[in-house]
Amino acid sequence: MQSLKGIKVVEFAAFAAGPVVGKHLADHGATVVHIESQVRPDGFRAHYPPYKDNVHGLNRSGLFALCNNDKLDITLNLKKAPAATELAKKIAAWADVVIENFSPGTMARLGLGYEALQQVKPDLIMLSSSNLGQSGPHAHHAGFGSQLSSLAGFTHLTGYPGGSPQILYGPYIDYIAVAYGAVAILAALDYRKRTGKGNYIDTAQYETGLQYLAPILLDYKVNGCVAERNANRDPQAAPHGAYPCKGDDRWCVISVSSDDEWKALVKAMKNPAWAKKFASFDARKAGEDELDRLVGAWTIHFEPRELMETLQKAGVKAGVVNRMCDVYDDPQLKSRPQWIELEHPEIGAMHYQRPPFLLTKTPPGPAKRDPLLAEHNEYFYRELLGLGEAEYQKLVDEQVIF
Amino acid sequence: MGSANRNEGLLSPFRVLDLTDELGFLCGKILGDLGADVIKIERPGGDPARRLGPFYKDEPDPEKSLYWFGFNNNKRGVTLDLEKSEGQKLFARLAAKADFVLETFTPSFLDKLKSGYAALTKNNPKLVWVSITPFGQSGPYSKFHASDIEIMALSGCMSLTGDPGRPPLRVTFPQSYSWTGSYAAMGALTAHYHRQNTGEGQQVDVSAQAVMLWAFSHAHVFWDLNRHVEKRAGSFMTGRSITGAKMRVFWPCKDGYLNFIIYGGEAGRRTNQALVDWMNSKNMAPEFLKQKDWKTFDIAKVTQEEIDRMEEPIAEFFTTVTKAEFFKEVVKREMLGYPVASVKEIFEDPQHAARDFWREIEHPELGVSLTYPGPFARFSNGACDVWRRAPLIGEHNEEIYCDELGLTKAELNKLKREKVI
Repeated sequence: MQSLKGIKVVEFAAFAAGPVVGKHLADHGATVVHIESQVRPDGFRAHYPPYKDNVHGLNRSGLFALCNNDKLDITLNLKKAPAATELAKKIAAWADVVIENFSPGTMARLGLGYEALQQVKPDLIMLSSSNLGQSGPHAHHAGFGSQLSSLAGFTHLTGYPGGSPQILYGPYIDYIAVAYGAVAILAALDYRKRTGKGNYIDTAQYETGLQYLAPILLDYKVNGCVAERNANRDPQAAPHGAYPCKGDDRWCVISVSSDDEWKALVKAMKNPAWAKKFASFDARKAGEDELDRLVGAWTIHFEPRELMETLQKAGVKAGVVNRMCDVYDDPQLKSRPQWIELEHPEIGAMHYQRPPFLLTKTPPGPAKRDPLLAEHNEYFYRELLGLGEAEYQKLVDEQVIF
Repeated sequence: MGSANRNEGLLSPFRVLDLTDELGFLCGKILGDLGADVIKIERPGGDPARRLGPFYKDEPDPEKSLYWFGFNNNKRGVTLDLEKSEGQKLFARLAAKADFVLETFTPSFLDKLKSGYAALTKNNPKLVWVSITPFGQSGPYSKFHASDIEIMALSGCMSLTGDPGRPPLRVTFPQSYSWTGSYAAMGALTAHYHRQNTGEGQQVDVSAQAVMLWAFSHAHVFWDLNRHVEKRAGSFMTGRSITGAKMRVFWPCKDGYLNFIIYGGEAGRRTNQALVDWMNSKNMAPEFLKQKDWKTFDIAKVTQEEIDRMEEPIAEFFTTVTKAEFFKEVVKREMLGYPVASVKEIFEDPQHAARDFWREIEHPELGVSLTYPGPFARFSNGACDVWRRAPLIGEHNEEIYCDELGLTKAELNKLKREKVI
């Protein structure tokens, strides 16, 4: 039996911050219902590439697929109050956990705030995940993780010295909030089991991100030091960086944090004469630009994987800079295995991602592909929620279930 | 500040033994934030990570590492040498009463010391044993050594960061350790929930490389679906348009940089209109931007030419504003976008003060209180907070070994003499 079998989760959520929390619960057997509407499908379906073969389609989004495997997908048009509101409450009453990531205040405005839902489900656990939190002067400012990662300090710390900040690919901070959001729900589930009490949980993605920066926040308060971007440099190691290899734009990182590792690297390089003057850490730090050039002139003769394996065997920390075309074939990720290939009717074969932690006795999914828009309306509303046929049809006709 | 009572924490009945290095520090801290009784077990003389900077008043000292302070608060601390047989016995006694063990040793290292998962769950099958390593417990890289930069490289993150033609980059302040610690906490509590239901404990095998696939998600999906390789693009965003158009993300302003992106979707269209209105109020909006019909603007189909044409006047406008002005206007005008903040500006953000986020935690031996990031979540029932500063070396040896485990003072002193603790 999977760890979270039997837990019922409902998502009034879209994009990453809410739904990926649900994905992590679904991977371990929870029944997770993703609510969308034809009026407003999940933004990842609607306007985020990649789409299979670059052809736009609501059921062709790779990003939606990545974030929503093993879920049921239903539509509910919340604009059709009061019937939609009543139906939403019925769904919440069925659930153990509600996840929402609307702008703060939206759920309350729809008549679906925690107090309202608690009326129908007294021990409900509800997670509200937002950019900046449910309270405070900026609470209502909506935004995306790709930009919040800048407000929270991450992009300031990324780039070459003196140059522009660099982007951290996608909604970086969303997935930090995802970890904390799932942790919060799991703790609340355990707490409910022992005390009978539900929970309303407010996570600000901003505040979860700052957890990762605690030492440099302290450094500013204590020492007045403002941490800056400094490419790949590290105060405790040299060499420490990405070094060019044979091939087009191929790289291998090497880091040396002790004299023993340095000696091992020098031996692996076959004792070049220039290495002598870098015998001490202070000498390596003082001449780091030159050191990087000399190490790079040596690494350029190797394939990155060959270099990594040689250095690891010699006792030096090293790693291939995997490209996006390498990760699915990375021998280590493949051996876990990190992905499960499932067939999707419009996408075809897709690699669905397993959790980054494997439970040895209760193996996680994915077991099912992500759902098509509205795929489980009839199953969920009729079988799981117990609506009668006439009642269901009426809601469909009135475009409440839409 | 802070409710200062760990017993109100959601996980207060549970005990955690934390044998991690920096790869796992945050996992124990998160369980501690939720009220669990976390005992950090260090080698005699202290954990090597106490040598990591920055340091309090820039004085390198194992009791003054801000790195240690930041990720090991909410833990008590004992010392213990697991390579000595007396140390192993003591660890077995602690583990018999624990709910979680967190460890970051090379796979099979603890087994050789008869202190691994197999040995210690004989007496405590309910244990949730969280093994956190760069690559996981098995597989061809499982014995590889890695620090942050190797994890960032092998997960693919670095291939997406930096300017084309220059070396790929990591984030200067290590990120993969924190990511791994927090996802390990998710794994720990997933297994915990199962244990509470069934009485069955298990080993949780966490891979930092696999964790970091999420950090730079979803770039690899472009390869999976369309055999397209997303690459580092400097300060531009790629992958939003099926035409391959890239959008500028970072814009120089009067006193630094702004993060602003021409988005599509409802929020994007609203933002673009609001920006044009704002530019227009300063007579800086060209006619073609004013005439633009944002309702039909489709980011997924936009061409590079169209993006470039729009970005030129926007770039000019942004050089006339400060970060603070920009922040004020995006909030007021409900636009997407934020300034690129440094740690200094994070402290100045009124949102944190209004939410009572910061925590002053006393460090009596330094004679000061230090300011910490506060709770990661607010719960209506049960607390999550910062209860105590990080432990000094061996600070709770007597409290835990004598008061809780029942050793006599004489036995404790003997263990100290034998350098077991």
